[in-house]
Amino acid sequence: MRVLSLAGRRLAASIPTLILILIGVFLLLQLAPGDTVDAMMAQMGGGDATTARQLREFYGLDLSVWAQLGNYLWRLVRLDLGFSAIYGKPVATVIAERLPATILLMTASLSFAFFFGLILGVVAARGVNKWPDTLISTFGLMFYAMPTFWFGLMAIVVFSIYLQWLPAGGFEDITVSYTGLRRTLDIAQHLVLPTLTLGLFYMAIYLRIMRGSMLEVLNLDFVRTARSKGMDETRVVVRHVLRNALLPMVTLIGLQAGTMLGGSVVVESVFSLPGLGRLAYESVIQRDLNTLLGIVFVSALLVIAVNFIVDLLYARLDPRITTGS
Amino acid sequence: MSPILVLDDVSVKLPAGGDRSHAMEKVSLALAANEILCVVGESGSGKSMTANAIMRLLPGGVTIDGGRILFEGRDLCGLGEAEMRKVRGAGIAMIFQEPMTALNPLRSIGDQIGEMFELHTELSAAEIKARTLALLEEVRIPDPALAFKAYPHELSGGQRQRAMIAMALALDPKVLIADEPTTALDVTTQAQILKLIRDLQRRKGTAVLFITHDFGVVAEIADRVAVMSKGHVVEQGATQAVLGNPQHAYTRQLIAAVPPLKAPPPRALSSEPIMTIAHVSKTYRTGGFLGRGQRVTHAVKDVSLVLPKGATLGIVGESGSGKSTLARCLVRLIDPESGEIRLNGIDLAKLSREEMRSATRDIQMVFQDPFASLNPRRKAGEAVAQGLIVHGMARPEALARAKELFGLVGLDPASTERYPHEFSGGQRQRIGLARALALEPAVLVADEPVSALDVSVQAQVLKLLAELRERLGLSIVFITHDLRVAAQVCDLVAVMKSGEVVESGPIGAVFGEPQHAYTQALLASIPGREFGKGQRLAEEATA
Repeated sequence: MRVLSLAGRRLAASIPTLILILIGVFLLLQLAPGDTVDAMMAQMGGGDATTARQLREFYGLDLSVWAQLGNYLWRLVRLDLGFSAIYGKPVATVIAERLPATILLMTASLSFAFFFGLILGVVAARGVNKWPDTLISTFGLMFYAMPTFWFGLMAIVVFSIYLQWLPAGGFEDITVSYTGLRRTLDIAQHLVLPTLTLGLFYMAIYLRIMRGSMLEVLNLDFVRTARSKGMDETRVVVRHVLRNALLPMVTLIGLQAGTMLGGSVVVESVFSLPGLGRLAYESVIQRDLNTLLGIVFVSALLVIAVNFIVDLLYARLDPRITTGS
Repeated sequence: MSPILVLDDVSVKLPAGGDRSHAMEKVSLALAANEILCVVGESGSGKSMTANAIMRLLPGGVTIDGGRILFEGRDLCGLGEAEMRKVRGAGIAMIFQEPMTALNPLRSIGDQIGEMFELHTELSAAEIKARTLALLEEVRIPDPALAFKAYPHELSGGQRQRAMIAMALALDPKVLIADEPTTALDVTTQAQILKLIRDLQRRKGTAVLFITHDFGVVAEIADRVAVMSKGHVVEQGATQAVLGNPQHAYTRQLIAAVPPLKAPPPRALSSEPIMTIAHVSKTYRTGGFLGRGQRVTHAVKDVSLVLPKGATLGIVGESGSGKSTLARCLVRLIDPESGEIRLNGIDLAKLSREEMRSATRDIQMVFQDPFASLNPRRKAGEAVAQGLIVHGMARPEALARAKELFGLVGLDPASTERYPHEFSGGQRQRIGLARALALEPAVLVADEPVSALDVSVQAQVLKLLAELRERLGLSIVFITHDLRVAAQVCDLVAVMKSGEVVESGPIGAVFGEPQHAYTQALLASIPGREFGKGQRLAEEATA
């Protein structure tokens, strides 16, 4: 129960942050030249000033910045994200269409990075300064140093063009409409390269953290106690070291959920996935303020949700949290 | 009786590039069943390495390069790793110094004790649980069922060490190695744990190898003693013989450095007080929301004390008694909530931050850990000169003054250019003293200044402190948990418990005829109370 109230308090504390972010993004976009109507007019191939004025009046863009902000926040309180002039649909619908791809990509990349980061970190720590460690650390550094977009493009060149093993982009094959399991497989196939591209970078970080914290924990007194009980090394690692070494990594996941959303913009663009990241990019170009603010709002909620889960997980892993002492 | 564990000319090699080539050289020890052998020595003497060598749990790069370790006639050095694992825990078990860090913080006590059975027996889960509970009962943990489910941080230090002992004795090992098992504990808890180890050892006939740096503990518990210095066993024999009539010069020197519990004859004290502390209180509040469900800790509760000019006022107590909080209140590192602290008539508690900064000239503090309290990235001389510079002295002048101060505390003035890690523990504490003395304070607040030091180094630092007190006319507030040290350096003493002063007065009177029950309990808990007598015998023998 204490854990829940602790996490709940964290949740409440993030609301002001959320409002500040929204206001900040709103004002920042006012500084950018042009608005939705300019973008629409450009798409239509131009138009006269009266049409533009009428459109601005229709979308409420002729009001002062503060009145617009006030309107927006008031709508948000009623859980209304507004209407996207560009897509001609409510923002909530636009986002709902794009959300699954992003969430799928993030979950897949995060799980991949976490799982392999953990395993490789443990292997590297157990063979510290021997060849497995050197090999893993070198590859880790490579993935860490390589720009995500470049890695994505190279992966397309190798696996899609030369080898033709995997599709080069998209979320699913739109030429044939699969259903059920066949569709799931199709989506999975499309997501392999994006997941690797996004995940390898994070895996490199996690494996370094895991290696470091494993080495630290292996030197602690209770590991010596475990050995003095007559326990073999594998058991020592699994039963005493692993859980302790996981704590820093779990913290890191919470911190990096936001960064990962940012990284997905690049990956979604490279692999032309219909996700939130690409939607955000397009909204900026088209000055679609409502959609953009909606995305910021949803992303912030996503990050807060991830952190909430991480808090619960952390408390589950570490009994010292629950008593609050 | 034939010995159960024999170390025959054992040498342990350190990695190249250390300050010496071997951690242990040709160490020979023998341990019989049903006896307690104390291995005593200062830090770096190789006593813990002995324990690790027997368990074959040496740090990386450290290897046994000679001799035999015979356990029940088998040479442990020749055993394979799998065979060795069967000996660890079941044949030879170990308990460690710091029970907080020696237990896995993320797993329950019952789970960790039960693991012993899981590893070495084929018992069922229910059987293991029953046995574990019985063990917890045996080491007299209050409420074993609750302790079984508890995590290490939920138990007190003494209870954790009891759990540790339960774990070590789970499989009735022939040999128990105890590596400084009571060093991290309060004196009353230490007395209980020592008694527990002694009782269990007698009942089960276990052979105990007890490693310690404390001669009081040796006098309390040992049947036989081995004294180690720089990797060699310099002397061994029956406890009475070694403590009463030490043969080796090093043993004599060590024993002479242990402060006797009896206070020296009182000095004449000035009737003029330099500092008066009246009704000082400090409370900590934790948790709770808008005052609900809050926990209030009275760290210091209505403390009133007087420090006469030129005197040393000792504040003694166990951990959590509020003595360190009081010390920090005196120099306003912590703001007391109420009460006054008058230094030369000025109430420090009422001063603003700005005024307090200039008042710090007159009152300075020395800290416990001489390593942690010096900035590792600054030269020692700069650390000492900093206070002077802050108080308006030009930099070159201040550095020159730092050199003088180094001379004053017995350090080489040229060493001001060195960094803290290049000094030994005792030297670092001297730097701490020089830093505190730089501003020529009238009052020095010393918070456990010698607790982290070896006994011989401790004696040197205490001697220096006494000299400086005479030469500079210092008045000292001396905080310590070590009653032996207090007996030697203090004129007056105040005993603190749960934030309150339960008894205070001249040291001879308080320690000679303690009035309060807690003071009596505290004094009765000191290991080897009778040891002081033996020591005087030793001094006479050397004279």
